[in-house]
This record gives sequence, C-alpha cells and structure tokens, in this order.
Amino acid sequence: MADYQNLFTQVQAVGPSNLGVPLGEGHSPRTGTDLPQVHLFGRLGMPQIGPIYLGPLGIASIIFGVASFNIIGFNMLAQVNWDIVQFVRQLFWLSLEPPAPEYGLSLPPLNKGGWWLMAGGFLTVSILLWWVRMYTRARALGMGTHVAWAFAAAIWLFLVLGFIRPVLMGSWSEAVPFGIFPHLDWTAAFSIRYGNLFYNPFHALSIAFLYGATLLFAMHGATILAVSRFGGERELEQIADRGTASERAALFWRWTMGFNATTESIHRWAWWFAVLCPLTGGIGILLSGTVVDNWYLWAIKHGVAPPYPAVFPPTVDPATLLQGVKP
Amino acid sequence: MSNRLFGAGLALLAATLLAGCERPPVDTVQRGYRGTGMELVYNPRTEARVAAANQAPPVTPPAGDEGPKARDIYKNVPQLGHLSVAEFTRFMAAMTEWVSPQEGCNYCHDPANMGEDKKYTKVVSRRMIEMTQHINADWKNHVAATGVTCYTCHRGKAVPLQVWFKAPPQANGANFIGDRAGQNAPMQMVGLSSLTYDPYSLFLLGDLPIGVGGPTALPTDHKASILQTEHTYGLMMHMSDGLGVNCTYCHNTRNFKSWDGVPPQRAVAWHGIRMARDLNNNYLVPLTKTFPANRLGPTGDVAKVNCATCHQGVYKPLYGAQMAKAYPELQVHAGSAAKVADGLPSPVAEATRSVLYFAVNSSTLEGEQARGLTLVVATLIAKPGAKASISGFHSASGELAANQQLAKDRAVKVRDAIVAAGVAPGRVVLDKPLQTEANLSGEDPAARRVEVTIR
Repeated sequence: MADYQNLFTQVQAVGPSNLGVPLGEGHSPRTGTDLPQVHLFGRLGMPQIGPIYLGPLGIASIIFGVASFNIIGFNMLAQVNWDIVQFVRQLFWLSLEPPAPEYGLSLPPLNKGGWWLMAGGFLTVSILLWWVRMYTRARALGMGTHVAWAFAAAIWLFLVLGFIRPVLMGSWSEAVPFGIFPHLDWTAAFSIRYGNLFYNPFHALSIAFLYGATLLFAMHGATILAVSRFGGERELEQIADRGTASERAALFWRWTMGFNATTESIHRWAWWFAVLCPLTGGIGILLSGTVVDNWYLWAIKHGVAPPYPAVFPPTVDPATLLQGVKP
Repeated sequence: MSNRLFGAGLALLAATLLAGCERPPVDTVQRGYRGTGMELVYNPRTEARVAAANQAPPVTPPAGDEGPKARDIYKNVPQLGHLSVAEFTRFMAAMTEWVSPQEGCNYCHDPANMGEDKKYTKVVSRRMIEMTQHINADWKNHVAATGVTCYTCHRGKAVPLQVWFKAPPQANGANFIGDRAGQNAPMQMVGLSSLTYDPYSLFLLGDLPIGVGGPTALPTDHKASILQTEHTYGLMMHMSDGLGVNCTYCHNTRNFKSWDGVPPQRAVAWHGIRMARDLNNNYLVPLTKTFPANRLGPTGDVAKVNCATCHQGVYKPLYGAQMAKAYPELQVHAGSAAKVADGLPSPVAEATRSVLYFAVNSSTLEGEQARGLTLVVATLIAKPGAKASISGFHSASGELAANQQLAKDRAVKVRDAIVAAGVAPGRVVLDKPLQTEANLSGEDPAARRVEVTIR
C-alpha cells in the first residue's frame, strides 16, 4: 500500500506553490515565481523549488563565484590541452596550484600562481557576499542569524587555510591548491610536515566535533522519524506544547542512555558541535608552522603522547654519523 | 517494480565504487609495538605474481683460476684482465645470459674484432661492470654482502625494465594559462597520486633535502614548504611502490621524521637513496653522449636508475638471492686499491680555515700535511686575538666506534701539536664539526681530515 514517508515518499502532495511573504520597500523582486512541479524532486521529499531571492549581493556573489569557478576550470582545461575527454578523465587529478615558495607573498606571473590568487580572491569575495546576504535575508524574515554564524565558522577555516596562515607564514605557497586529489595530497603533506596532525589537540577536538555532529544529527533525525507517527516532526509545536511524541522521545533516551535533550536544546547541541568543528580545526591549522613545528614532539614534551617500548634495535640517522664526532 | 529498480541501482553503485579496490583477504603482519599501527599489508595474489617474476637464474659452475690470464690472451680487457681465461669466458657467457640472451655476444662485440670498442654497447657494458664493482665494494651499507650483478637490474633485457627519464617540460603555449606546476597528472611512479611527476630529478639526480618534518616541537630556522613536503612524499610513494612495502617498512607511524624506534631498514634505504644519486651522477649521466639518440629520453637525457630499477617491487632485489657471491670479479673495485695508495689531497691553509688530511687508520700528520700544520700555527701566532676550533673527521669504511675514536684522536693530535708550538691552550678548542660534508661509503681520502677554523 502506498504510504506517506518523509523521505523517498511514494505519495506526493501537489498543490499551488508557496510564494512567500510580500517584500517591503528596498527589496529587489524574487525570481522564479512561475514554478513547475517536478515529480522527481518530489520523490526526494522536496516538492518545491524557488522562488529565490538574489538581490544585488546575491548577484555580485554569483558573478564573483562564477568567475572563480571559470578561472579554475579553464586552467584545468588548458592543462589537458583543451581536450574535453582528458578533462573528464583527469578531473580528479587536475588542479590550480598556488604560487611556488620562491614568490613568497609577492604577486607572481599569471601562469605561475597569479590565476590562483585571482581565483582565491574572487572566491573569498563571493563567499563573504553570500554571508552578508544570508545575514540580511535572515533579518528580513525576522529570524535569528544562527545560519549566518554557522556559515561564518566554515568561512573562518576557509580563510585560515587560504589567507590567514599563508600570510603569517609569509608565502602563498602554503595555501591549499584548488583540486580534488591535490587538496588531499596537500592535507597529507601538511600532516607529514608538522609531525603528524594526529597529535594536534585542536585537530583532535575538530574531529570529535565532526563525528559528534554527525552522531547528534543521526540521533536527532532517527528520534524525530521514530516519533513522527505521533506528530513528532512538527517540532515547533512540540517545543511550544510538548505532546506525546516529545515525551516518548525523551523517555527513550533517558531509558537508553540516562539523559535526554529537549526538542529545542537538541538543536543547540547540534549547532555548537557543527560550528566548533571548523572553529577548532582552523585554530589547529593556524598554529601549525606558526607556533608549533612538530606536533608529535610537542605532544611528547607535554605528556600528551605516551612513549612506547623499543621493538627494534636503535637506528641512528646516518646523516648525523658521517660528520665526525665531538672530541 | 521501483523497489527492484532501486535495489539494482544500489548494487550497481556499490560495484562501481568497489571496482578500484583490491579484493580481500590481505595478510597483515605486525611489525612494531602493539596498538601503534606498525603493520605491513600484503596481498597474497600480488605477492605470488611478483614472486614469480623475481627469481634469480641458476649460477654457472665456477671456473678455475689456473692457466693464462685474460690480459695475456685478449686485447682491451682493462677491467677483467686479471681473470684466468676460463673465468673470463664464464663471466662473458653469464653476462650475455643476463643482458642480451637473444642478441648474443654480437650485441656488444664486433664479430670481426672482439676486442675493439666499436659498438656503444661495449663501452657502456664496461662502465656498467665498473659500476657493479663500485656498488659491491663501496656501497656495502646498502647492498651488504649480497651485492648485485648485471641481472639485478637487467633481467635478460638489454635495457632494464624500470629506468627513468626526465619528464619533458609541459607544452605551455604562450604560458598564459594552464600551468601544471610539474604535478597533478595520474602517474604510476607516485602511486597515482597528484604529486610531482618528476621526483627523481629532484632527489636521485639533485640533492634536494628529503627530511622535511619539523626537527623540534617549536619552530626553528628549519624551513620546508608544503610543496617540498609533497616532493618528498612523491619520492616515498616511489620507494613504497618500487619495494612493494608500506611506509611502516622503514618509518614509525607516529612521526615519519623521527629516527626513534624506526625499523633498521630505514638506514639501509637512506644509503640506497644516496647510492642511486651517486650512480646516476657518476656513472649514467656521463654516458649520455655514448648512447645513440634512440636510447635517450624525450629531453635527450640518459636512462637513469631509481629504487625500482633493482628492486622491481620486492623489498630485496630477487628476494636477496646470493647471486653476486658466485662472481667474485664483480666484488672487487678495480679502482679502489689504486685510490687508497694515492697521495692525500694537498692541505688547505686559508686565513680562516685549514684542512689537514690523514692516511688510512692514522692520526699522524706526515710530509706535506705536517707542513700544512705549521702554516696553521703561523696564522695563529700572527693573529694573537684569534681562536682556533678543531673538528676531526673519518671516512665511512670500517667500524663506526673505532672511526669516531680515530676522528677524536686526529683532532686531539692537531690540538696538542698547536699548543706544543707555543699557542696558548685557551685559544684552541675542540668542536663538533659544523659542516656535514663527508663521504658516505668506501675510503675517500678527502674524508680523513681535521678542519681548523680560525676566527
């Protein structure tokens, strides 16, 4: 029997689109007011697309973002000699690289990192404009600005990686390349260079919040789905007037782990976990090379990492043996 | 219906995602302290394939050393003339089997005149024999007593299967857009990562520093960029691929830079990198003009060696088969005996730096070197405010502990001699060497020295 589910639903509620509240003075009109109902989107539990509010900030953000995207894309395409087939085959390897170390913070030639600086600059402008837009739209709807500040946490990590730390280190080459595998290789090389990021406590915190956020999201999503038969997915109503869905959900967690969040506080838990992930991660990256050069040795020095018993006979770096000795 | 479609799609997606993976099971071997991830992972199917391709050929029975010498019978045999004719013939036959089994003797020799250096292959072969002798005699800290033969690399092929050429520069048009920065191409040599596709030129021809990790907890003047780290990473990918091992074969999992608690193989590998660099620079690159153009790489460079040239995917070439032992002519460095007998380099006597050289196993300055010492004393007497700091060095051959004592003795002897000549003892200090230049293998006369820095 066909039944309604929140996701992968077999039943679609089709009706007139919700065009939103009227906009006041000083707002540009929304785009996409004549909306088609797409059956396939409905299958993914998202029955309506648009209307979207672009406004001057949104349009400027899109222009800068597209410019950045095109600079990266056309550089990649030029790298495979404008061969579309090779572009697709090698896409995961291709990259727009930052300037080489010898350029420091100076302006390199266009094809020696200049494109990278331009793409990074445009992307930064685009992202910051998008942030302002999120903030103003939230205010226009009379909402809090929680989404904008969560986005700001991600922007912090982005700026640390691509701007703040490279400037502190005095070299654009410290920044991350724009490429799929290249940015992963950068990550691995970064850990190798700074003595294993595993021992960086801020890295550890970031991972704890990353996994913690996904765990909280899974617990919360599962809880709400599990009590949706009692109207639990109407969370705001449950916050204002706690019904049997909330009671059951809370009871479930008290029974299983001795503690429950409320329908409201679970969102605070999840928000802070999500926001602290890039915040702590950005601190960990920022300290590497500027304040700490080898996290493993740092961890040994401060008793964070335990020493292990020797298994192999001692091996000495041959480079230190060949210099002669101190008499 | 749609559920079935959904299921089929999910299965297809899973199959696609798993297509790049090796099929289980794999063998895991613990290598270090428990819980530290010191493990080696082997795929038994890959191992079986590699093992089949890396078997040493049978050794030919030894020939007698009686009878006339090769140099008395044959012309133009500078490297192997000391062998008996039987030994010489045995070695030539073995070499043909190792290098040119299809083409036979005529691959190198002109059948009309076997002694003539008419074919380039003969010139190259002689140099390669010298190279093999050099490896076996001077690079024992990498090849140990096992040593190498021509077969270690050649495996019955005139050109070893795994050699490298410099990557051609990127065709960049007007150099306006699309610079690859020498990386980001799917290359087997760096394990299909997006790292530099020419790590060999940097490390096995040039000597870019390899140790990039921070030496201390807090920043010092040690500067290594992320790009340089990626280059080192590329070389390490090659070593891992070329030897068929994980990082943990040489490194501890906690800190790649650290030498604490590392498997002893790391020191062997350290020498191997220097050996490949030595062979490329001193044996292969000088042969560039000897080779015809069709044997050269895209930029006109000679074929060069890396770790995979000998190892070919195995932790020890041919699984450490004791093959070279059966060919003593490859063990002796024809040039090494002469090198030791050679005179020492002239002493250096500059205003701020003097270098004095010693004979093998000696801490006594003789002849010209003793005169060099008098120049040092003269300099110190002429500059009453100057202080001398003395560092002793030793060569790489012999036992380390004895060598370090020898280097100490050399420095002490020089200090005592300077003080005895009337320089105040407070002006002469013994110091740890400041510079790291030293020979890495064998008996290098330039390594047995004392350096005196005057400031």
